[in-house]
Amino acid sequence: MKLKYIIPILFVTLITMSCSTDDDNSDLIINEVENLKKIKELTNATHTIELFNATGKFETGYNAITIRIKDNATDNYVENASLSWMPVMQMPTMKHSAPKSDISKSLGTKTLYEGYIIYQMANLDGSGWSLAIDYAIDGINYSITSDITVLQSEYQNVTSFMGADDKRYIIAMIEPRSPKIAINKLQLALFEMETMMSFPVVADYKITLDPRMPGMGNHSSPNNTDLTYNLATKLYEGNLSLTMTGYWVLNLKLLNDSDEVLKGENVTEEHPKSSLYLELEF
Amino acid sequence: MKKLIAVVIGVFCGGLMFAQEPHDTKKDTTKLDEITLVGRRKLSHHRQEKTLSSIDDYLEKSNKITMIKRGNYAWEPAMNNMNSERLNVTIDGMQIFGACTDKMDPITSYVDVSNLQKVSIGSGQSGSENGHTIGGGIDLKLPNSKFHESGLKSSVDLGYETNGSYRTGGVDLEYSGKKFYLNADGIYRRSDNYDAGNSEEVLYSQFQKYNVSLQSGFQLNENHTLETAIIYDKATDVGYPALTMDVSLAEALITSVTHKFENDSTFIQSLESKLYYNTITHIMDDSKRPVVPIRMDMPGWSDTYGFYSKAKTNIDKHALEVNLNGFYNRSLAEMTMYPNDPNQSAMFMYTWPDIRTLYSGIYVKDTYAINDHNSLSAALRIGFHQNEIAKKTGLESLQIFYPEIEATKNRVLTSFSTNYQVKRKHYDMSFGAGYGERAPSVSEGYGFFLFNSFDNYDYIGNPTLKNEKSIEANFSTNYHENNFHLGLDASYFYVMDYIIGRIDGSLSPMTIGADGVRIYDALSNAKIFNVYLNSSYKFSNSFSVNGTVGYNYGSGSNGENLPLIKPFSYLAEVNYSIPKFNAALQLEGNGNQTRYSSFYGEDETPAYAILNLNLGHEFNLNDNKMVLKYGIENIMDTNYSTYADWNSIPRQGRNFYINLSYIIY
Repeated sequence: MKLKYIIPILFVTLITMSCSTDDDNSDLIINEVENLKKIKELTNATHTIELFNATGKFETGYNAITIRIKDNATDNYVENASLSWMPVMQMPTMKHSAPKSDISKSLGTKTLYEGYIIYQMANLDGSGWSLAIDYAIDGINYSITSDITVLQSEYQNVTSFMGADDKRYIIAMIEPRSPKIAINKLQLALFEMETMMSFPVVADYKITLDPRMPGMGNHSSPNNTDLTYNLATKLYEGNLSLTMTGYWVLNLKLLNDSDEVLKGENVTEEHPKSSLYLELEF
Repeated sequence: MKKLIAVVIGVFCGGLMFAQEPHDTKKDTTKLDEITLVGRRKLSHHRQEKTLSSIDDYLEKSNKITMIKRGNYAWEPAMNNMNSERLNVTIDGMQIFGACTDKMDPITSYVDVSNLQKVSIGSGQSGSENGHTIGGGIDLKLPNSKFHESGLKSSVDLGYETNGSYRTGGVDLEYSGKKFYLNADGIYRRSDNYDAGNSEEVLYSQFQKYNVSLQSGFQLNENHTLETAIIYDKATDVGYPALTMDVSLAEALITSVTHKFENDSTFIQSLESKLYYNTITHIMDDSKRPVVPIRMDMPGWSDTYGFYSKAKTNIDKHALEVNLNGFYNRSLAEMTMYPNDPNQSAMFMYTWPDIRTLYSGIYVKDTYAINDHNSLSAALRIGFHQNEIAKKTGLESLQIFYPEIEATKNRVLTSFSTNYQVKRKHYDMSFGAGYGERAPSVSEGYGFFLFNSFDNYDYIGNPTLKNEKSIEANFSTNYHENNFHLGLDASYFYVMDYIIGRIDGSLSPMTIGADGVRIYDALSNAKIFNVYLNSSYKFSNSFSVNGTVGYNYGSGSNGENLPLIKPFSYLAEVNYSIPKFNAALQLEGNGNQTRYSSFYGEDETPAYAILNLNLGHEFNLNDNKMVLKYGIENIMDTNYSTYADWNSIPRQGRNFYINLSYIIY
């Protein structure tokens, strides 16, 4: 009879013990980038800054980036740095930057920092972009600059355009990163290109959505919703129904807070594609 | 002999004139509840047919059944103007489900006449012995135990038909001992494109198939026998002229083990239990079509595991039957489309997103013989039915349309029927009433963008559908007086929550060229009625005439006609039959289909009539026997199509056929 009570207790003890040993193992820190691939190392005399993401390369569009700083002298990873960055594209006659986030410490990690950059364009050979990172550790400022390679994405997941209000905007797709046959959560980021170097988030506009499959009679899908601004994420969010795998064009229209269309048209038989669109394939 | 033939021909010429008056000629169709497939060894006494006719041809001869044709192969049976979803089609009590989302592989296409002994047909709720149904049940029965001690017997069948140069060959080997029997048979069929009337070639109407089966039985002791059956059926290169795609493979493996107990002195006089498994692979493709809007592949799979246990007993004047059965089915179908732009990757979706159906139920039937002339029967079936969407992708894709649905859906299904029969010397009568329910089929419940070329709409399944329910009443009576016979048979169905597609104008069709999207939905009710009048007269023991006229009606609560309702039909036949020889001339036709359903994609089918001539000889050669059947179908080479022809593809024009069977004892 008593065995009935003892066995569960034994199990619980075993499980708790095995869990606690995991927690104590500080050598596992190295595995904080286990599922990520290294894009590039930026090195100066004192530190090596490693950049990671899921694919191991920069491509046009939204790039979620994980950063780690190694002290070249001790080979330890720096846990208390504050960082900022500036990507720059050098064009023949001018240069410009790209929409980006601040860099913050990755939640639940010791050595990682994270942020995103949205490269709105790339040269065919991937050249032209450079990335400058300024960082401070224990009150001392450092900086690193290096050329980076940004490749053109196969599908248009970011677009920059001139609105009817004569302002230049950038729309980029954040989610879905792995689309599926389902109602997907669609997240788009909208920035105004205020200057060559400044891209503030535009709030409280509206983006309409009409996904189409040009390879299959340009059919649409049901139960999509238009995108509205989410104050918490600073992104435009809506539902994207994908009824099958393959190549989809997300036809968009951008409306300002007075419901005036700034860019894009309705899809009709004669006009199969909006001038404002993103693409995806899965 | 020559004289005899001359007389026969003379009689026929007379009969021809007679047969063209359809209202004066009636047909003997008293045995509507059961047709017997009279093997390939005997001449049929009632119906003239080809020895090598397919199951489809065979079923079409029944009044109750019409075959919906999408081509020259794999016709879909319909009974009481209801088809696949509303019927329960089984093979010897085994549940088996087609693997094609477009109903290109009805179950009847996976067996051949060589496999079967008879087909038992129950109209409406009287067909619910093996499962739930609205329109009726068709059970394709495998042969009974063959412990005849007749030793080795073999036969060879050969057939040729001019139209489409249709070749058939079959062999049959049978060993029958006291404790053991073994039966092996194989059949091969191949046809090129057939010609409709006026030599109009119907492209993509070719087919090729073979079927092999092996049955064996062991007599364990006086009361117990154990039997196994394996059927393997494979069709390749099957064209579907009415559809945009063909079939490169339709393959079925059907297996079962049966235990039978029989003892007259025990309480349970017979107990038959079967365990079975069947698997179907069906591959649709369009590689033979030169011009298509987009290339696609549509494979489908269906696996079913099941059992049944049937007990029979007689207590006083009661004949009691109990059938406990259950099955588990997995239906999966997918579609891959290859864009014309080679840079785009293939498009993929699950059209049947891995639907698992679990059913278990019990059927009880009691027949009470009140006296020698009157009997009353009542039957009840209750079952538990569960559908589960096994693939997460499948669930998520259906949630695009129905965000609230869950992966599983449970239903309880009931069926009840009762029948009162009176039998007197000159007449008999039968009154029946019933109530039945059915669950939506996999396509109706879970289909995802299934293109229906009949009405040119994409269909979306609806997991939230209610059970379809039917109240039915039927009446049949027969009157016999000397050599005259007159019969009337009528059924009325009041179907509630009748499942049919509803146009949803807000949805965009996926299929290129489709007119829109229909969601499976329910009409609050639909009414279906049919009545057949048949009659026959025997001039002598060898010479008889018979005829049938039929009328069918179907309309929904939305005021629209239902699709695929048979128009006024008639059949007249003159028979001459003596031992070793028979002949029949048939006139068959339909009236103008005035009550067609344009709402559901039908067009008006004009009236037609065709003439067929069938002849049969039987010869004894030493100890062996030869059966020769030959004839002409559609003698006038009429170019016609019927209401049951998908997209009005024309039927076969004139066809000369000859079937030869040689039986070695």
